[in-house]
Amino acid sequence: MSTDLDIILKKYKQGKREDLIPILQEIQEDAGYLSEEAIVKVGSFLGMSTTKIFGLATFYDRFRFFPSGKVQIRICHGTSCFLNGSQSIINKIKEETGVIPGQTTRDGNFSYEIVSCMGGCHNGPLINVNGEYHAHIKAEQLPELIKKLKYVIEND
Amino acid sequence: MEDLKTFLLDEVLLFESDTLSQGTEKVLQQVRREKPAQPVIYVSSGTSSIIAGSEKTYSAIESYISDNEPSAGLVKVGCTGPSNFEPLVCIQIPGKNKLFYRNITEEKVEPLLNGVFHNDISTDDLAGQTGTKGFELWPGMPFMDELPFFTHQKRIILSNCGCYDPESIEEYIARGGYRSYVKAIRHYTFEEVCDIIERSGLRGRSGGGYLTGLKWKHALNTTSNARYLICNAKESDPGAFTDRTILESDPHRLIEGIAIASYAIGASNAIVFMRSGSDHAKNRLQKAIDRAREYGLFGHNIFSSGYNLDIVIKIEPGAFVCGEETALINTLEGKRGMPQLKPPYPTTAGLFGKPTVINNVETLMNVPLIMQNGPEWFRTLGTENSPGTKVFAVAGKGRISGVVEVEMGTSIRSILEDIADGIHEGKEFKAIQLGGASGSFITSENLDLKIDYEELKEKGIGMGAGGFVIIDENTCMVDLVRYYMEFIRNESCGKCIPCREGTGRMLEILESVIRKPLNEESGTTLERFKGVMQLETIASVMKDTSLCGLGQTAPNPFISALKNFRDEFEEHIFDRKCRANICRGLRSFSIDVDKCTGCTACAAKCPVNAIYGTRLQPFFIVEEKCIGCGICFDICKFSAINVK
Repeated sequence: MSTDLDIILKKYKQGKREDLIPILQEIQEDAGYLSEEAIVKVGSFLGMSTTKIFGLATFYDRFRFFPSGKVQIRICHGTSCFLNGSQSIINKIKEETGVIPGQTTRDGNFSYEIVSCMGGCHNGPLINVNGEYHAHIKAEQLPELIKKLKYVIEND
Repeated sequence: MEDLKTFLLDEVLLFESDTLSQGTEKVLQQVRREKPAQPVIYVSSGTSSIIAGSEKTYSAIESYISDNEPSAGLVKVGCTGPSNFEPLVCIQIPGKNKLFYRNITEEKVEPLLNGVFHNDISTDDLAGQTGTKGFELWPGMPFMDELPFFTHQKRIILSNCGCYDPESIEEYIARGGYRSYVKAIRHYTFEEVCDIIERSGLRGRSGGGYLTGLKWKHALNTTSNARYLICNAKESDPGAFTDRTILESDPHRLIEGIAIASYAIGASNAIVFMRSGSDHAKNRLQKAIDRAREYGLFGHNIFSSGYNLDIVIKIEPGAFVCGEETALINTLEGKRGMPQLKPPYPTTAGLFGKPTVINNVETLMNVPLIMQNGPEWFRTLGTENSPGTKVFAVAGKGRISGVVEVEMGTSIRSILEDIADGIHEGKEFKAIQLGGASGSFITSENLDLKIDYEELKEKGIGMGAGGFVIIDENTCMVDLVRYYMEFIRNESCGKCIPCREGTGRMLEILESVIRKPLNEESGTTLERFKGVMQLETIASVMKDTSLCGLGQTAPNPFISALKNFRDEFEEHIFDRKCRANICRGLRSFSIDVDKCTGCTACAAKCPVNAIYGTRLQPFFIVEEKCIGCGICFDICKFSAINVK
């Protein structure tokens, strides 16, 4: 983990303020989330206080501070999906996983986030499970889907 | 490949005369695959195609070809437009017109290709044919451009979308690409390019409608040692996907537009600011930029003109407000994406205090076309004050959804009825929502309005960036307004009080309207009615006092919904009724005695213990206790719960 971080920081030799967001994005892409250790290290690299970096990172909703689940679900909540009933999908997933968007279940299996539009307006409600799209999904299909995913994780 | 590169550079891009030699044209024709000697199959590969399963279709075709027809070519192209047709497959048999097949999923590939290669053309799933001169027609088959979806469009910006391989710079050059850029940097001065764009009357397509040429001149005339061009591709309105489609289908034209714009303002750094989560579009654009760099189109001293340019991609870290110019600049500087007071405008002091021009994707897509065809040509399109075309992402409850492009001056009715083919049968039209979360509703009386900045402004409607959502009777307007308000509340940056507090208050009041009151006694109806009156006051305060466009336009959906659908609001408040049956809180539930088996599942889950009964006997719901959460409805396996 820390070696990867060093490799990332090495790319930004100058270490200017405007590099902060790209650095955080790259760390997140690599590790899946921003750990406390990483934020402290970035702070000392850029000469910025940790609170400032944390304040900035929490302002933007793409940054995560906990590891994401083994299964990451993205739910489209754009207008078109909303008209087709994405709210019930969100409610159902909340009920099934028992966590709120951005959090991870205790067993580390599931996490989900709500996005504003994924570009498949004709196929709504739309969800994306680890990069795979499920179009025209219905709330009643979700328990089975989640059960199936759980089975896959546990037998991996 | 190297030979082709040198050829394209010497004989096309750097060729002094405007008309190319016949020999060159012949080679270009080959690159464009205009007269293929072997069959060629094109598969669409934008996000909406991938969602519909085009990746699987592609690999199925790939394996079919390698087994049966190894000589046939297979090309990935961008999105053609209608999302309903995805995955769209186009087949060209040498010497004949192209055939388009719609909804070709994996399993349909084999029968379709078996037919095509054995001269037994199937007409199932056929969308149409496209004709070019000198090709044999397919008798009795419709033409693509005669489909209502296409006849009412004017596809200029989207003309390349779905026609060529977006990852191939060679094909783009063979289609006339990058020539106007090379011509501009070799033969025109900065001012001349600005002049051409100003004369064309091109207006910013992000909603404001400011003259693009004028904006460029402001930046050019500000003395500075560095200038920046930012392409705002951060389209994060819920329900808008035009920019993404363009980026995926025709990235090279966008790059050419960015390059010309950068040259016009004398900027040697250009930044494409993209939304996060659209990796497909980002990869396409990155590849396109890398290829263009290989061709020497950017870099140091481009084609010995003394002009330097570099284009980089930045991904937004997730905040809706970053679409606002000053907030975007703050984000790029590594700060919180909060807007700032204007003036100074970014054209005088923008990124790092230097003059900066921010244009959106659609605006920049127009630039190469204007440079190629001249400003007079552009003026012939559209209306007097709003020349050109406008791209919309048609979505919602229409029969066809997808990316469409219409000439300015086209009526909204034409987009709804001709292009989107109306709404589903048996449903009643309610409204069109133009311009995303801060746009307005257009009802049936206003459908004849034309797409034109001034005409829409007169009615208090903003053009928006391209969202066009069709709404039918199954949508509750109060709930939809609440949805938009919730979105804005979450995205408000919190810098200024009117927006931060106003959106929160408005959302609270709207939520109280769609919730069932807990007790009936203390005049709650009156309270709720007062709430809506207050909403109007809050809305006007927010409009007047918010710092940036986000807050100023946040009440728009509410204001226009209240104006056009007042009866629906009143129904919610006084009658506690939602005519679309969407607002869960206002529904009343009852148990069908004949269907109920007495399994007790609902009674066990009811959060307020409003369901009573004896096991294995029909249960009943006490209406006074019910809060309308709908859990019983979801949980019942025998559909014994009725909703009213």
